[in-house]
Amino acid sequence: MPMTRTIFISDNDPVLHDALVTALRDRNLQETTRVRKTSIFGLSTYSSLMKVFPENVMFANFAASDIADMVDSDFAPNKFSYKDETLPFVGTGPVPFYHKQYRIVLRNCGVINPESIEDYIGRQGYKALAKILSSMSQEQVIEEMKASGLRGRGGAGFPTWMKWNFSRQVEAAEKCIVCNADEGDPGAYMDRAVLEGDPHSVLEGMAIAGFAAGAQRGYVYCRAEYPLAIERVERAISDAEKAGLLGDNILGTGFSFHIELRLGAGAFVCGEETALIASIEGNRGMPRPRPPFPAVKGLWGMPTVINNVETLANVPYIFLKGGAHYAKIGTEKSKGTKVFALTGKVKHSGLVEVPMGTTLREIVYDVGGGILKNRKIKAVQTGGPSGGVIAEQYLDTPISYESLSELGSIMGSGGMIVMDETDCVVDISKFYLQFTVDESCGKCSPCRIGGVQLLSLLNKISRGEGENEDIAKLKQISKAMQVASLCGLGQTSSNPVVSTLRYFADEYAAHVDHKKCPAGKCRALIKFMIDPEKCRGCGLCARRCPVKCITGESKKPHVIDQSQCIKCGECFSACKFKSVTRD
Amino acid sequence: MKQCCGGAVDEFRFYEAQKIELPASLQEFIDQWKDKPGNLIMILHRVQEEYGYVPRQIAMKVAKELDQPLAKIYGVITFYHLFRLTKAGKHTIKVCIGTACYLKGADMIIEEIQELLGIHVGETTDDGRFSLEGVRCLGCCGLAPVVMIDNDVYGEVDKANLADILGKYSE
Repeated sequence: MPMTRTIFISDNDPVLHDALVTALRDRNLQETTRVRKTSIFGLSTYSSLMKVFPENVMFANFAASDIADMVDSDFAPNKFSYKDETLPFVGTGPVPFYHKQYRIVLRNCGVINPESIEDYIGRQGYKALAKILSSMSQEQVIEEMKASGLRGRGGAGFPTWMKWNFSRQVEAAEKCIVCNADEGDPGAYMDRAVLEGDPHSVLEGMAIAGFAAGAQRGYVYCRAEYPLAIERVERAISDAEKAGLLGDNILGTGFSFHIELRLGAGAFVCGEETALIASIEGNRGMPRPRPPFPAVKGLWGMPTVINNVETLANVPYIFLKGGAHYAKIGTEKSKGTKVFALTGKVKHSGLVEVPMGTTLREIVYDVGGGILKNRKIKAVQTGGPSGGVIAEQYLDTPISYESLSELGSIMGSGGMIVMDETDCVVDISKFYLQFTVDESCGKCSPCRIGGVQLLSLLNKISRGEGENEDIAKLKQISKAMQVASLCGLGQTSSNPVVSTLRYFADEYAAHVDHKKCPAGKCRALIKFMIDPEKCRGCGLCARRCPVKCITGESKKPHVIDQSQCIKCGECFSACKFKSVTRD
Repeated sequence: MKQCCGGAVDEFRFYEAQKIELPASLQEFIDQWKDKPGNLIMILHRVQEEYGYVPRQIAMKVAKELDQPLAKIYGVITFYHLFRLTKAGKHTIKVCIGTACYLKGADMIIEEIQELLGIHVGETTDDGRFSLEGVRCLGCCGLAPVVMIDNDVYGEVDKANLADILGKYSE
């Protein structure tokens, strides 16, 4: 019997898959329906997702127990049909979330079973490697990469071909390729999605880089916090070796390339090249001064090319379609696409892959569906703790490495966090600084001491004890850290402070001069009061108050005892008559 | 806690540590990695998988096996967040304090758990049932705020439900 239907189901919960298979078997449909487990479709707000072809309908947030009914109704649209609040859309046709996306890096995520090398090969996997090994020279590979214009997706945007070429030009008995999968930015999980959803594309990219640079060995340095990614990469390496696509004498061409997996152990600084090398070598992950650059002298002294997961996942595509085709996507200096992990106060969180040159506004509103609770957008933060915030008025800037850095942020690895009017910039800066202070390795003093000083100034400001000269001090310390720190972590960790000072100087001034937090986030600066005119005396706030500091008779206005109030905001969110005010 | 590997007392312990018999699978893992360069972190991960932390005696044994100074191993353990020098509780509560979770109130979640269990981040309850940790981004920001207990992930956690969630682990 021919297959008439294919169903993709998210693999985060095996129960869903099993329920679907059972339901189909019970109805004797197993011969005509192909079921594929696949990794997330990018829409991570939903706990379960299912896509049914050829109808191309999508269902979200259903439970295993709902599946039988859906099979019985022949997958007719129902209450689980994927709906988008921003557009009149019910279950069929193109999904708005994907509309403006262009999927290169995520081309196979959600389409193939990541644990099946056959699935990857079925999507032209390892074809690029075979083509290169059989018909191209190292120079030609590098030329093609140069034509594509691909730049490092880990943050700094260094041209990938140049890195490969530096290593190629060094004469050494052994060279190696390292895949940087130490994705430490809070709020970013692009690399995780690729490793979990399409691990072979990264391995193929590494093998191609290995051929171009003349390396025989590769290491995937992965965060230990990603157990599923680790499991899938290990499996992919072993499957590829069994198939003769990795290991000795690949495809009989005489080229050998071995890949091993190494784990991090929770240190953000290990995303920095030289610290990463120290960590793979089994040492404390502390950076060292460059030069020599790793491309010349890296892991165990070998010339080492270090590329990020996303960069490597682009590589097979470039060779399948040609560098010139790839270079057509994007802007003049930033080619291709970029994957962002869109989160924060946005309706649809998830992984988003858009062509370079897309504007932030398109990402937030067209892809992300706008701001939660229809609040007003305040800013977008890109680049994690090394990046900065971009104020609302600049949202129409087309995204590229250059434009983001002109705006005082960075492309970074791809975290994109949307902030609304209830987020305080002093609080956000404090959050990132706390992170970088925790993660500073302590080797150089600008980062070690500067970070702590910045954080203590920010704490002082958010407590309402800020003085005018503190703003100048923030700027001065930030500058010193930028120019004098040893590695990227210290050089960029003041970015959140510098960029918020640039766009939201007023908000800092409100904290310092008027001792007010306009967003109502800094607890020392806010005060909850009950408006006696509006209070109906229902007593809900008094019951919710964790410290029992609200008193009043039934049906008469209540009062908050300010000396006891811990400013948790429970009364503010509990009140049904908007009688609790925040000042 | 003593942090130095010198001194007469420690020399004795060092000698004692050599006589420890490691579980066969752990010993096998160490033998397999022994001669590979950069093996230390991989071996420490395996030790921690076995014991839940890196016990001092085992670190000494590893030092001997790898012919590395104990001080270096101590240096590596203390550099990385994931390695522990003390035993964790039976259940580990990891509250995500990544950016998305922070914006959606991770600090309130931590406060509530501290209140419920009477421990601070990094501590273990007296009965050894729970340890509380703040972790950097669990990589599921779409579900923020996220709490992970052992291997179970709880998304969109409301502090009102925390007592119920923790109750599931009271056995």
